[in-house]
Amino acid sequence: MTYSDEAMTRLAKDAAAIVARYPARRSAILPLLHLVQSEDGFVSPDGIAFCADVLGVGTAEVSAVATFYTQFKRRPTGEYQVSVCTNPLCALMGGDEIWAALSEHLGLGDDETTSDGKVTLERVECNAACDYAPVMMVNWEFFDNQTPESAKAVVDDLRAGKDVAPTRGPKKVCTFKEISRVLAGFPDGRADEGVGAGPASLVGLNPPPATEKGASS
Amino acid sequence: MTAFSPILTRQWAEPRSWTLATYEAGGGYAGLTKALKKSPADVTRIVKDSGLRGRGGAGFPTAGKWAFLPPDDGGPRYLVINADESEPGTCKDVPLMMASPHLLIEGAAIAAYAIGCHEAFIYVRGEVVHVYRRLLKAVEEAKKKGYLGKNILGSGFDLEIVVHAGAGAYICGEETALLDSLEGFRGQPRSKPPYPAVSGLYQRPTTINNVETIASLPGILDRGAAWFASMGTEESKGHVLYSVSGHVTRPGQYEGPLGMTLRELLQLAGGVRSGHRLKFWSPGGSSTPILTNRHVDVPLDYEAMEAASSALGTRAIQVFDETVCVVRAVARWTEFYRHESCGKCTPCREGTFWLSQILERLERGDGTKADIDQLLDTSSSMLGRNFCALGDAATIPITSAIEHFRAEFEAHVTGHGCPLDPRATALFSVVDAKKKVTS
Repeated sequence: MTYSDEAMTRLAKDAAAIVARYPARRSAILPLLHLVQSEDGFVSPDGIAFCADVLGVGTAEVSAVATFYTQFKRRPTGEYQVSVCTNPLCALMGGDEIWAALSEHLGLGDDETTSDGKVTLERVECNAACDYAPVMMVNWEFFDNQTPESAKAVVDDLRAGKDVAPTRGPKKVCTFKEISRVLAGFPDGRADEGVGAGPASLVGLNPPPATEKGASS
Repeated sequence: MTAFSPILTRQWAEPRSWTLATYEAGGGYAGLTKALKKSPADVTRIVKDSGLRGRGGAGFPTAGKWAFLPPDDGGPRYLVINADESEPGTCKDVPLMMASPHLLIEGAAIAAYAIGCHEAFIYVRGEVVHVYRRLLKAVEEAKKKGYLGKNILGSGFDLEIVVHAGAGAYICGEETALLDSLEGFRGQPRSKPPYPAVSGLYQRPTTINNVETIASLPGILDRGAAWFASMGTEESKGHVLYSVSGHVTRPGQYEGPLGMTLRELLQLAGGVRSGHRLKFWSPGGSSTPILTNRHVDVPLDYEAMEAASSALGTRAIQVFDETVCVVRAVARWTEFYRHESCGKCTPCREGTFWLSQILERLERGDGTKADIDQLLDTSSSMLGRNFCALGDAATIPITSAIEHFRAEFEAHVTGHGCPLDPRATALFSVVDAKKKVTS
């Protein structure tokens, strides 16, 4: 492993905290892999060796697990992972057009990164926000009700280094490494930011506008 | 239908709805307080009397699931909450956990008490990081206030909850795949039996319940089984979240009693989008057979949906209007199952691949009429021949779409392509979007 002494000390401390959450050591593998992504920006060979060491299993075992899950990246990824939902519901509501527009705008195919290292573009499956279709995720924060224009504005702002706020989530999108640390189970203090529920989550609490009543019957 | 007062969604619009202070101000943790004054057996009996059935898709009676656990042998037994919401169209648990995470934490404490569990896990998909933040915070708050931890509310009952983030794999919503994933392996379903109740997490007795199921428990314990059972239909009791998405005027979450109809929900949702009409819909995620405009008055409950040759699933109601090509939708669903097949069982691993290729060629206009029969034949070879339901689910959009829309599949063959304009389905004008791209 080529981690510096400082990094090793820090990682070992975090790894110990992760392992302590579970009755069995091996259960720590997913959060440990998120942790190494927070250090390296992807699941590096060093990261795999580190997890294997912590868990007392072979590196092949760790690789086998890491390659099963789509959130674990096998090569360096952009600072911002931009994920367009192209599962049928979102695709039909406009996700296919958003994907095509971003792909053309950035000159990227699926799972490719801009030369400045800022944005990785990918297609994703259903992200449980179908009532906000079409949906885009940036580092796993919600960007609801997107259009090709709004999606392009988001990636342009990200590449320009501006803060970008998701529609439901914290005040700004954090970097891939920062988010990976949260997913390893280390809170970043942003739980109280953002809305409790977006507009589509609340439609059932609000009576329908009178003019729309009975529109389908 | 009598007036319905929101239960799970009740506090979603309140400022800082996710905090313990808001939850307590709305009467939160009253259900747990009452539960801890009863015996675990009495709590289970109340849940049984309420008629609560699993909200994650299968609809198994919740108290019945708990009753499968063997008698206490002194060793650990686990409650695992399935918060890996990933079924296409399903979008109820994520907003619930974002807006009111304490409903889940309180429900988890009640369920854990009923089954004698002292360490529970919430397995939340990793792709919803703000939900994960809110759950971690809720557990921390609940622990500080004595709703979790040692000697909860002076009852002598101890419980710790670990919130575990997944890493992107639809199959981990399958309960035994979820357990393998939580144990630190690739998330692949187990051969059953043994069932998790007997040999689950770390080979110990385990109950796995869906988020909405668990979140229904505080209300049942606070207001009683009879109150809960007064909602819904004869066999399908209580309240649920209906998640309406797609081509409707007001997509979103609609809470109501079981047994509402699509017609009623469309009225609430402002109808199919202006100028268009209903073509097909899925009642409970892509793994439930699609239905058509002939089914708008079928009650959305477990029995009536089954009688209509579909399934209630997760009440993930995806509405598609006449602009949508059913072949395009089904091809994309099949692509999803191909991508998410874990590869363990041959019929699913190979079958989803073949189905996907055939559908792609049909959609392109290069298919033959024999391809349509091949889809049915391959589907039939897959159905019921896998460890888990993914391989079965992959066949369902295909067989139900061919049943209702065979002529449209054939039109792709005879017309050498799709008769519909693919740009017409989007919620924004695609022509305008193209202009902007080139300007």
